[in-house]
Amino acid sequence: MELSGAEIVVQALIDEGVEYIWGYPGGAVLHIYDALFQQKKMRHILVRHEQAATHAADGYARATGKPGVALVTSGPGATNAVTGIATAYMDSIPMVVLTGQVPTPFIGSDAFQEVDITGITRPCVKHNFLIKRVEDIAETLAKAFYIATTGRPGPVLVDIPKDVTDPGVRIPYDYPKKISMRSYRPVEKGHPKQIRKAVDLMVKAQRPVIYSGGGVIQGNASDELRKLVKETGFPITQTLMGLGAVPASDPNNLGMLGMHGTYEANMAMHESDLIIAIGARFDDRVTGKLAQFCPHAKVIHIDVDPASISKNVKVDVPIVGQVKPVLKVLSERKTKPDAEALKAWWQRIEAWRSVECLRYPHSDKVIKPQFAIETLHKVTRRRDFYLTSDVGQHQMFAAQFYPFEKPRRWINSGGLGTMGFGMPAAMGVQQAFPKATVACVTGEASIQMCIQELATCSQYNLPIKIVLLNNGYMGMVRQWQELFYEGRYSHSYVDALPDFARLAETYGHVGMTIEDPADLEEAYKEAFGMKDRLVFMNVLVDPEENVYPMIEAGKGHHEMHMSPYLNSERELA
Amino acid sequence: MRHIISVLIENESGALARVAGLFAARGYNIESLTVAPIEDPTLSRMTLVTHGDENVIEQIVKQLNKLIDVVKLLDLSEGSHIERELMMVKVKAEKGMREELKRLADIFRANIIDVTSTSYTTELTGTSAKLDAFLEAVPEEVIIEVVRSGPLGISRGPKGLGL
Repeated sequence: MELSGAEIVVQALIDEGVEYIWGYPGGAVLHIYDALFQQKKMRHILVRHEQAATHAADGYARATGKPGVALVTSGPGATNAVTGIATAYMDSIPMVVLTGQVPTPFIGSDAFQEVDITGITRPCVKHNFLIKRVEDIAETLAKAFYIATTGRPGPVLVDIPKDVTDPGVRIPYDYPKKISMRSYRPVEKGHPKQIRKAVDLMVKAQRPVIYSGGGVIQGNASDELRKLVKETGFPITQTLMGLGAVPASDPNNLGMLGMHGTYEANMAMHESDLIIAIGARFDDRVTGKLAQFCPHAKVIHIDVDPASISKNVKVDVPIVGQVKPVLKVLSERKTKPDAEALKAWWQRIEAWRSVECLRYPHSDKVIKPQFAIETLHKVTRRRDFYLTSDVGQHQMFAAQFYPFEKPRRWINSGGLGTMGFGMPAAMGVQQAFPKATVACVTGEASIQMCIQELATCSQYNLPIKIVLLNNGYMGMVRQWQELFYEGRYSHSYVDALPDFARLAETYGHVGMTIEDPADLEEAYKEAFGMKDRLVFMNVLVDPEENVYPMIEAGKGHHEMHMSPYLNSERELA
Repeated sequence: MRHIISVLIENESGALARVAGLFAARGYNIESLTVAPIEDPTLSRMTLVTHGDENVIEQIVKQLNKLIDVVKLLDLSEGSHIERELMMVKVKAEKGMREELKRLADIFRANIIDVTSTSYTTELTGTSAKLDAFLEAVPEEVIIEVVRSGPLGISRGPKGLGL
């Protein structure tokens, strides 16, 4: 079979099993778009901004576990995609991004829409390629998918100059079935000796805590983790990226840890004598002040990336390997923990838990954002449900108040914290699971960073449900300004907001404005009842609610600020 | 602590930028870096000298290994090894100084590789410390130009860093 470079690009994607590709055409990718036009196997989704193409591909990847694919043109098309690439990189999401490039003879001449995108993205991709010959396209794409999806996953960018895709040049096509690279051999199984050492520590531990992260979700190891929790009876806490790996309803689950984690999770970490970190990377939002991080604990760390180990926190027993096979071997060991000690440890944890740190004052006058999320859960709990999020207070409220029972159901930008992620990510999820209910919880600041995608949702009939917790502020910025800048709300008030409900309507969607707490549940029911429509719910919430508990940046886990509501209650008692 | 690290890396465009970018992005110190293709032209060998405490060096090694283009890597400082650096020094060699400079070159086993009526260019190979000593010995006011390659390193014994 002889194909042109452009046809090879398209055929290679089909041979990789790509179903959807998010993109935006432009001069440098016209040949590829022409080849796309002439096939029926893969569906292209036209976004309204290249950032959304990468976020949608990313959302698809997070929900399905398959690599997301985006296609953009050279120059501004490529630079617009960078935020989405960096977002995927920080959360280790498998993604392949194809960028057009000016023809090879023009590279380096500051040609129209030329940018050195491999140079720009080098620090925020797992790897990138610049293809210089048509003969290299198939193998390079095969390598790109291989690198993106194996080891610690991540985005791979492939830059394709226009002349390389010339329809006039046809060569034999053969897609490599298997890729082997001498310079890249990701590890799989953990070292048995290290696993033995870990078991020894687990048997002796008096106050163990499992701390799991996004690696368990990305590594499809939730079943193995649940088994380990069940067998050992150890308490488990998860990072923002790890929620859903173990059901929120599991009694051993202490919820999220870190800056806005639960009191019981953070106190258990602080007092523990053994941390079992699984697919987590000791991010500063999790550890707080490193010098005060888990001062009494030995640390076991299971991770596929050797560079994650002992990067921020010194590890006693590193296990480098895929989380899934390592956890499998670990549970086969049938660790018999110290039952007595564990019982005493649980008693302490239950005391911390009894504080019920997430309680908030209810109101019948104004919708509390926490109540908005709790009610969202009430209405959607029986559905096949995915929740994406933007970044800020609403993200933390969702993480705290929406109990996720399954992996890959909570989709948000953790590492990079990208405002504008939520709606395009929801598009990717809805595309992957057309029958599922997909909602995006967002803020009035975040949503405006990619609001143009309401048009994409119209064009492709994506019935996502947007739950905008509208407090009129960049809530998290305002919270920090209230707490650390004596209430000087410098530029965090989002003035001149549009009427979101009407805005959604102009795009052909359904808009709602909800102000009264008494109406909320019914409004949600009505919105989620509209199966085939995008419904934009503008939920006006308490403008000055804060996220608690909170650990200030640079403080230890034991130095949590509790909600003033809890503190006042304590004073009364 | 000073560490000298040898890296076998795919001889591809951008590979050097990946290494240099890594050091810049993560704030690692880089004292010298030399790179050239080896007998297998698809590979380059890089020798880099860096400073850092144990944790930093561990991270440098891991982060370098994580680069897709890096094939193999060895921290030479972990074992017995040999280092050599090449230096060329151009000096003013006028009447009164010519004999003295020639003698100094002989003492350090440096070769004079270019001569004019007013200058010598000497070439000297050795450990970085030996090159430093030569520069100490040459009167500062006669030095016109100094160029150093940065150290190269290889482990002692029969084992080599290869595929």
